[in-house]
Amino acid sequence: MNASGAVAQTAATWRILAWVVPAALLLLVAPLVIDPFQTLTLTYGLIAAIGALGFNLLLGYTGLLSFGHSAFFGGGAYTVAFMVKYLKIASMELFLAGSVLASAIISALFGFVCVRYTRIFFGILTLALSQVLWSLAFKFFWVTGGTDGLRVPTPTLVGMAPTNDKMDFLAHQYYYYVLAVFALCVFLMWVIVHSPFGKALQAIRDNETRAEFIGIRIRRYRLIAFVISGIFTGVAGALWAPLNGLASPDVLVWTFSGEIVFMTVLGGFRTFVGPIVGAIAFTYLKTYAVGFTVYWQLLLGTVLVVLVLALPTGIMGAIERLASKMRKAR
Amino acid sequence: MGVFAIHILNALLYSSVLFLIAGGLSLIYGVMRILNLAHGNLYALGAFVTAWAIGLALGAGVPNFVLFLLLPAGAIAAAVAGAVIERTLLRPFYKRPEEYQLLMTFGLLMILEDLIRLVWGPNPLSATSVYASLGSISIAGDRYPTYNLVIIAVGIVAAVFLWAFIYRTRFGVFLRATSQDKRMASALGVNVNRIYIQAFTLGCFMAGLGGAIVVPSQSAVLGMGVDALVLAFIVVVIGGLGSLEGALAGALIVGVVREAGITLFPEIELAVLYLIAAVVLLVRPAGLFGRAGT
Repeated sequence: MNASGAVAQTAATWRILAWVVPAALLLLVAPLVIDPFQTLTLTYGLIAAIGALGFNLLLGYTGLLSFGHSAFFGGGAYTVAFMVKYLKIASMELFLAGSVLASAIISALFGFVCVRYTRIFFGILTLALSQVLWSLAFKFFWVTGGTDGLRVPTPTLVGMAPTNDKMDFLAHQYYYYVLAVFALCVFLMWVIVHSPFGKALQAIRDNETRAEFIGIRIRRYRLIAFVISGIFTGVAGALWAPLNGLASPDVLVWTFSGEIVFMTVLGGFRTFVGPIVGAIAFTYLKTYAVGFTVYWQLLLGTVLVVLVLALPTGIMGAIERLASKMRKAR
Repeated sequence: MGVFAIHILNALLYSSVLFLIAGGLSLIYGVMRILNLAHGNLYALGAFVTAWAIGLALGAGVPNFVLFLLLPAGAIAAAVAGAVIERTLLRPFYKRPEEYQLLMTFGLLMILEDLIRLVWGPNPLSATSVYASLGSISIAGDRYPTYNLVIIAVGIVAAVFLWAFIYRTRFGVFLRATSQDKRMASALGVNVNRIYIQAFTLGCFMAGLGGAIVVPSQSAVLGMGVDALVLAFIVVVIGGLGSLEGALAGALIVGVVREAGITLFPEIELAVLYLIAAVVLLVRPAGLFGRAGT
């Protein structure tokens, strides 16, 4: 690398650090400052962010719109519930390992069928396959609890048993646990999208024919991206289950996939941090909309319609546009 | 023997309603290349409007035959809603990537779902008096509700009319031309914008009609739209998205499998349907009647 390249690289690193360090500090001190309810909402937001990050590897980086990511999120959540119910396991690390395995298997199976298609057909197929899991969870109620779902107690974290005050445990120990997993996931995803593999995915997204021409094996790359994406979303589901206390079919049904799409687009799927910002924003939006009115779907639907009409690049896109305008004005 | 005949009739009943929903969905996709996720909600709208209109008429004490005239109310309401939606919300999206169209219709789904709850409340609406007024007839020794035969008849008539409309009228020619090559059709003087709004309205009318004729036999409930949409997806995936013949074949297959599934394998009935859809896609990627390259 030549000197100017190295300088540009260092400048870019500094610019990223200037964002990451304050954000990390804020997230670290948050539970000490805000009340437990807020911390729990933030925890939900971080978990959704892991899921959206995984989802965006497909939408933003590979150009595939999945409407079936509820299968992986719900798959992760139900894996935890099954491990509790049938294997009497209580360790969060084992839950995470189990859900990685389960979502890898589910996404490999789904991916095998789905990556043969792109665009709308890919969307329909992922939706249809995810509904198979939903219908199974719904019908085999003696295994899955049906619409009631399965209870998931608070797990032990790194061998540390949950304290008696469940709320306090979730808002502190569990929050930091989720934050650590979140940081690890962000780091891994950053490495993945900046690796040669990530670049190849972007090449496929931008021009399939050219990517094939330079020797990229498109279907295999898409399948690998699909599986990685599924695993991230599965991990999110596994973290969600103990926090929610229940694995229920709500997170398997396809409209939940729609919510994952929604949050990613809300943040902006053209940027790396977009899905993270979108997931946290969406979680707050939904929490307050549900608390504010029974017609929260109407409210969120309107937000989505306005968003797609007026702000298709999402929150991050709007910020970028604003920033470049200010730079020009200067 | 009688039981078997009733199973066949039930399968046909189911296929008729599914054809109306999936046919509309497929027609819209075929012409406009838009997959309307809110399509099921227009079916639900048809059901709610008809049930509501019949309820009002019953309150006013009108004779029974008038109630039958009110059945199409739901279809008309869905058509009007469709025309408004196309004109205001979908038209800006024809030049944008289809991801945005999907998102827009997903937003519409959320809005329509709650609007129905807002207008008619959370309780089911029913119009059983229409269903009951026809009584039942005897089929090979078993009783069968006469109204179910009406639904089957409406499904068959709708299929025939649609076929005649698309293959035997001038409008049908324009519709098919637009569906095959939008730019060429436009260059030859077809007003594509008008075809779009007509196709979307027609598709929504069909969904609304499906809801309207089904509501006397089963109540209009919240969430019926989303459930119906998922089944309509299976139908169009099996038959081929954008093909009406495909929607008909898909609806018949799903109708028969579902009827068999309810008696033989109730737990995995839906899973079997999806499995069929997945196998069809692996063998014939564009569906049974789909065009290659979509």
